[in-house]
Amino acid sequence: MSSFAKKLRRGNAGDLVFELLALLFGLSVLAITFGIVFELWINTALSREKFGFGFLWSRDFNVNGGRIGALTVIYGTVVTAVIAIVLSGLVGVGIAAFLVEVAPRRLNRVVGFVVELLAAIPSIVYGFWGIFALAPWLGRYVVPIIKDLLAWLPIFSGPYVNASVFTASIVLAIMILPTVAAISRDVIEAVPDSQREGMLALGATRWEMFSRAVLPYAKNGVLGALILGMGRAAGETMAVTLIIGNNAQLFTSLFQQGATMASVIANDFGEAQGLFLSALLEIGLLLFAITFFINVGARLLVWFFVRDPKGGVRV
Amino acid sequence: MLCLAYACVVVAVVPLAAVLLYVIVKGAGAWDREFFTGLPTLFGSGGGVANGIVGTLITVALASAIGIPFGVMAGIYLSEYGRGWLGALIRFVADTMTGIPSIVAGIFVYGLVVLNLGGYSGFAGALSLAILMIPVIARSTEGVVRLVPDSIREASLALGVPRWKTTLRVVVPAALGGILTGILLSVARVAGETAPLLFTAFGSDYFNLDPFKGPMPELPIQIYNAARSAYPGVIQVGWGAALLLVLMVLVANLTARVIFRGRGTGAGF
Repeated sequence: MSSFAKKLRRGNAGDLVFELLALLFGLSVLAITFGIVFELWINTALSREKFGFGFLWSRDFNVNGGRIGALTVIYGTVVTAVIAIVLSGLVGVGIAAFLVEVAPRRLNRVVGFVVELLAAIPSIVYGFWGIFALAPWLGRYVVPIIKDLLAWLPIFSGPYVNASVFTASIVLAIMILPTVAAISRDVIEAVPDSQREGMLALGATRWEMFSRAVLPYAKNGVLGALILGMGRAAGETMAVTLIIGNNAQLFTSLFQQGATMASVIANDFGEAQGLFLSALLEIGLLLFAITFFINVGARLLVWFFVRDPKGGVRV
Repeated sequence: MLCLAYACVVVAVVPLAAVLLYVIVKGAGAWDREFFTGLPTLFGSGGGVANGIVGTLITVALASAIGIPFGVMAGIYLSEYGRGWLGALIRFVADTMTGIPSIVAGIFVYGLVVLNLGGYSGFAGALSLAILMIPVIARSTEGVVRLVPDSIREASLALGVPRWKTTLRVVVPAALGGILTGILLSVARVAGETAPLLFTAFGSDYFNLDPFKGPMPELPIQIYNAARSAYPGVIQVGWGAALLLVLMVLVANLTARVIFRGRGTGAGF
């Protein structure tokens, strides 16, 4: 604050006013964040009082009986997010490697552009496409193959329904692919060329160079990209709400229906009242906390990896 | 290695092509006079989405009117003044907020505005969208304003221009293309958001031109409702609305990129 006082003494009131104004707008970002936590906290008093910490691990989701727990939806969120990140992690890091290590410049730009368009399509459109186009297609062509080969696994048992955890996870994987690919690319690009040159000079093939020198070097950054993608998947709402079936249960087969934290809020909030509304808001608060900490962790990882001169990571 | 890499690209591009093709083919079939002029119906031919188009434009315009000044000013603060721990904290929180689930913004505004100020409204919806815009605009503005060379600032200051005037008249105009790109990208992003609108603008089957009173019809919510309908006519209109939404978002996106092209580094993939 001493710089303010100095400016005032110099008589430069305009600068002071402008700096204060800019500061106020900057602080609005903090105000919104704290406002969200505060607002949700006071509106969840009913549910916090009634259920206490047991809310986190109670698997009851009996609205009429007044027993509501978050375990089933936390479970659904974790399972869908993990499957999505495994699928899109493999593909996303592959694309990133391709763009940095092998792709000709022009193709690099085209693929980058296409992947970015994927990110621009609204969630609700993915949901609409997922339920009316992808789900029946999967049921007709992909599920029979899985059933032939892997039906003995409990996660692929039972009949397939269009609106299922399986379909939702695949749509999620498509949706978070741009995030994973974009950040992985930044991270792999930040690996110093000396690493590559050293490996090639030792007579390594391009694959050996990438897997033994580049990837280990970029490990933390790629991990950050994956965690960030998982945060996205955990918070994704509309597509999942349309596709997952909205049945809060501890499913064992991926072909069953499920629910995630975001989808249960979107699906039930409109009709919820009293205790149920409070419980849904508490799920919202939990979701906020989880995604916030996932983001913080991932950003720290990526941020320490990709410092300047690239100027940080855009998402 | 080469094969694997090419396979990954194919795997990534195929879903995009599938989504786009499907939406274009199915959606274009739903575009007729009634689609653009009619009101939604619950069954039968499904009607049109004229009210949703108008409502979405109003809501997004209002959200921009709130979000852009906050976002740009916060970005200017971060790049020009935010050096110490406070700047670092705001930068970090803004970064983290860009990854927050959009539905959280919806239930926040529900508690803050809908419960206190008498029900659903376009304004509440716009506020929830603005919350999503601010951190994104702030970070992109900071990024491009930082790219303005210090020599330009120094030249202006050396002529005796006060710092705030230098910022507004010299630095911001120099970065204007990049700032506009960030704004357009964030507008495109929130234009397709559905979750925050469910409990704030709520959607409506009728026209509502007053964003401060009563539920506001929204295109994304109409797609959501169509997806849960059992009537082929209504689903058909849903495809048409999905195509319209994708076109709106992609046009805004491409415009943003055209504005920025040839202006150095920054907003590209």
